[in-house]
Amino acid sequence: MKRILLVVAVVALYILHQDIWFWRSSHLVFGFIPIGLFYHGCFSVAAALLMWLLVTFAWPSHLEQEVEEAEREEGGAR
Amino acid sequence: MIPAIVVFLYLAAVLYIGIFAFRRARGKEEAEDYFLASRSLGPFVFLFSLFGTNMTAFAILGSSGHAFTNGIVTFGLMASSSGLVIPLTIFLVGTRVWALGKKYGFMTPVQMFRDRWECSHIGTLIFVVQAAMLVPYIIIGIMGGGTTLYTISGGAVPFWFGGAIVAMVVMSYVFFGGMRGTAWVNTFQTVLFLAFGAVALIVIGYGMGGFRAAAQAMQASPLAPLLTRERISPYYFFSYTFIPLSAIAFPHILIFCLTARKITQFKKTVIFYPICILAIWLPCVFLGVMANRVTMPQIQEKQEARRVLATQGKAMQPEQRDELRDKLAGDDVIMLLLQRYAPLWLAGLLGAGIMAAVMASDSQILALSTMFTEDVFAFYGGKTRFGESVQVQTGRIFIILITLFAYVIALQAPETIFELAIQYAFSGFAALSPLLIAALFWRGSTKWGALAVTLWTAASVIAVAAFQSSVPAPAPTPGANPNIIFGTLGGFEVLSRTPGGTAVFGFMPVVPMVLISTLLMVVVSLATKKPAQTTIAKYFGGHK
Repeated sequence: MKRILLVVAVVALYILHQDIWFWRSSHLVFGFIPIGLFYHGCFSVAAALLMWLLVTFAWPSHLEQEVEEAEREEGGAR
Repeated sequence: MIPAIVVFLYLAAVLYIGIFAFRRARGKEEAEDYFLASRSLGPFVFLFSLFGTNMTAFAILGSSGHAFTNGIVTFGLMASSSGLVIPLTIFLVGTRVWALGKKYGFMTPVQMFRDRWECSHIGTLIFVVQAAMLVPYIIIGIMGGGTTLYTISGGAVPFWFGGAIVAMVVMSYVFFGGMRGTAWVNTFQTVLFLAFGAVALIVIGYGMGGFRAAAQAMQASPLAPLLTRERISPYYFFSYTFIPLSAIAFPHILIFCLTARKITQFKKTVIFYPICILAIWLPCVFLGVMANRVTMPQIQEKQEARRVLATQGKAMQPEQRDELRDKLAGDDVIMLLLQRYAPLWLAGLLGAGIMAAVMASDSQILALSTMFTEDVFAFYGGKTRFGESVQVQTGRIFIILITLFAYVIALQAPETIFELAIQYAFSGFAALSPLLIAALFWRGSTKWGALAVTLWTAASVIAVAAFQSSVPAPAPTPGANPNIIFGTLGGFEVLSRTPGGTAVFGFMPVVPMVLISTLLMVVVSLATKKPAQTTIAKYFGGHK
């Protein structure tokens, strides 16, 4: 379930990248940042948060174990 | 001249870092130490060097130049999409490649492909295609170095001499320091990049009297479209999200993934990658757009060229349009802003930041050397016959030869050729990304599928480049479709030459290139013989 939610989050963020709703707006946030630029700045922060979620809940720890086992076997063989 | 002196001091510092790395490794003539820093990089160096490796001159000069002409769309197009896709691929692919490298001693992607698919010459073909798409980056890096030193010194350092200095410095620290030197220099450079964005924003903003007035004046002027994304179609914008797939398929990035001491070092890299991109690109894009409000003769000339191309370009000869495109190119706007607003000593420091971006070709030179010595020299028996020490020396000689070759070409050939090559090399590496996905995640993939992907990639890159060279770009026509169309289907343009490149059904060529690559991998693999069960078990577990 956790994995499915993470996949949905990745797909959702990818879709949110195509923000056609601000396409032609030149509105300035805080009086100087164009809204399209502000949105994608926030998108970058959201991407970092998503990466934190992936690292926290879907980290491939089995890879580390495999490497450690292989190193132990190699050490034992010597 | 002061900025040029500061830049020379920076180059000396970079050279010292490379030599220091050489001293640190003294006595070790092992390939794994020279080419992969003994797989020992710590978390800080791993994050910054991996990020720095992926940031070329385009991150600072090209991004602000693109934003100067096209507006804020540059950030969403190239930066925020990379902030999602690149760390995701590092998370999914980089970690697995690291583990396989640790377990089986791989030092290049081709070594892994050869083992995974039980192939030899197909691996050599993949090496050739990867190398052919990587060499233009090295050439353009040297050209960028020559141009930057020329501009920063106000013409006192000629292009040939600046290019030679940059080539010598890069070659020296890669030659002596190998991966350790390159990683340390990249870390130093990335810190400079990050500082560059913030300092440039503050200094230029202060010089302009704040951005609020400039942005509001722009909003009320005919330049307002630059604050939106209306100059780019949503199809093109969507297509661009395929380009960052190239990052993990670049050999120098994948080889960097092998240098981490522990897999946990990927964690910080994956999380902070989007933030690093934000910190560098956002100021550069914003300043690029704001440069349109600065009254400088050089900037006004560019704006005039842009206006003439849009209003009279259609009636011009292709050569005249190309000339105008050269004039309106904004790659130097950030340097012009610094000249205008930054004090001399600070302009020098910021110039060093730009040099850091320009010199990102170091890891590409090292990657080519690693690939040549491992995938060709060692694979065809050189290591067995002559030993590991000779292998490392061969790698060093290769570094000298490839740098000299790149320098000679950089002096003679026009830059536009290599810009074109780089433009389509990104699409080419993106089209190679299914190789990695299939090798790591699909038991059923075969060497014949890999061959089909490689041949398709090479053919499509050549075809698109040939198409763009033979059909001149049309002039942009405000309010009308300027494209030269080659066939329509159901109201869609099948193939068209656009003012900015090529479109297939309205998408950039990278979209069909990646999709067809994926399809070829699936179809050809399903129809051909799988590797032995023992090999598949090595990668996916299960019965041997």
